[in-house]
Amino acid sequence: MKIGVIRFPGTNCDRDVYHAIELAGAQAEYIWWKDENLTEYDGIIIPGGFSYGDYLRAGAIASITPVIKGVKALVKEEKPVLGICNGAQILGEIGLVPGVFIRNEYPKFNCQSIKLNVESTRSPFTSYYKKGEIVSIPIAHAEGRFYSENIDLIHEQDQILFSFAEENPNGSMEKITGVCDESGLVCAMMPHPERASEKILGSDDGLKIFKGMIDNL
Amino acid sequence: MIFDIEVEISLKKGMLNPEAKTIENSLSLLGYKVENTQTLNIITFQMEGKSVEEVESEVDDMCQRLLCNPVIHNYKITINQNNF
Repeated sequence: MKIGVIRFPGTNCDRDVYHAIELAGAQAEYIWWKDENLTEYDGIIIPGGFSYGDYLRAGAIASITPVIKGVKALVKEEKPVLGICNGAQILGEIGLVPGVFIRNEYPKFNCQSIKLNVESTRSPFTSYYKKGEIVSIPIAHAEGRFYSENIDLIHEQDQILFSFAEENPNGSMEKITGVCDESGLVCAMMPHPERASEKILGSDDGLKIFKGMIDNL
Repeated sequence: MIFDIEVEISLKKGMLNPEAKTIENSLSLLGYKVENTQTLNIITFQMEGKSVEEVESEVDDMCQRLLCNPVIHNYKITINQNNF
């Protein structure tokens, strides 16, 4: 089982994600943004960071790269794709998940441990949680405010995976911070599960997201 | 023909603009009272084309595909023929 970790100029946490994939029991491999053929991978993770310096908008330039064409092809084959932080912004930009992640209401870079509420367990990524479970996974972003023009449809289609359990640190609509596509196989989340994948990091609540992805392949 | 292009990008009406809000708050620290502050992004470039219509359609395509996010942005395209 091989999970690809996409690297753009400006990506970070890629090595943490690589490590978390191995902890969850799969093989990890880096993919450069110029690669378009991703057929050898069983799933893809787009890590966080500041691809292309966040020029134009966070995730905008990454969204038109060859590797994203490959990601779209894999989604058609029903392979799982996880976008974390900048990865989530990219998935929003290309419309693989509903809504977008934009400048925080209070425009500072917000880096903190935070409690999340698991809203739905129908996606492989949340399948190891219980609905309503509170998990601790950190956030680190300045552009993580979730916004959508079709919030009713997102509810109707059970596409909300995570929301902030206590305060709303970025002004997200209904405190939403993790969403999926209609199939549940594409997940975009602002919190960083790889930073909560081992007890030594203060929490291993995030590891279940990687395990859920890999064990459901 | 060479055309000068200007694309003006703004947040859709009613959308919270934290940068504008911060500017407005800072101006009030200096004693200026202002309202409805907005920030815009302006991108300018030159391109070759046969007519204004042709260039406009291509720039519109650029806006839809990369320069703007239609979920949150409005945009205005200005095209001038460059005679030099």
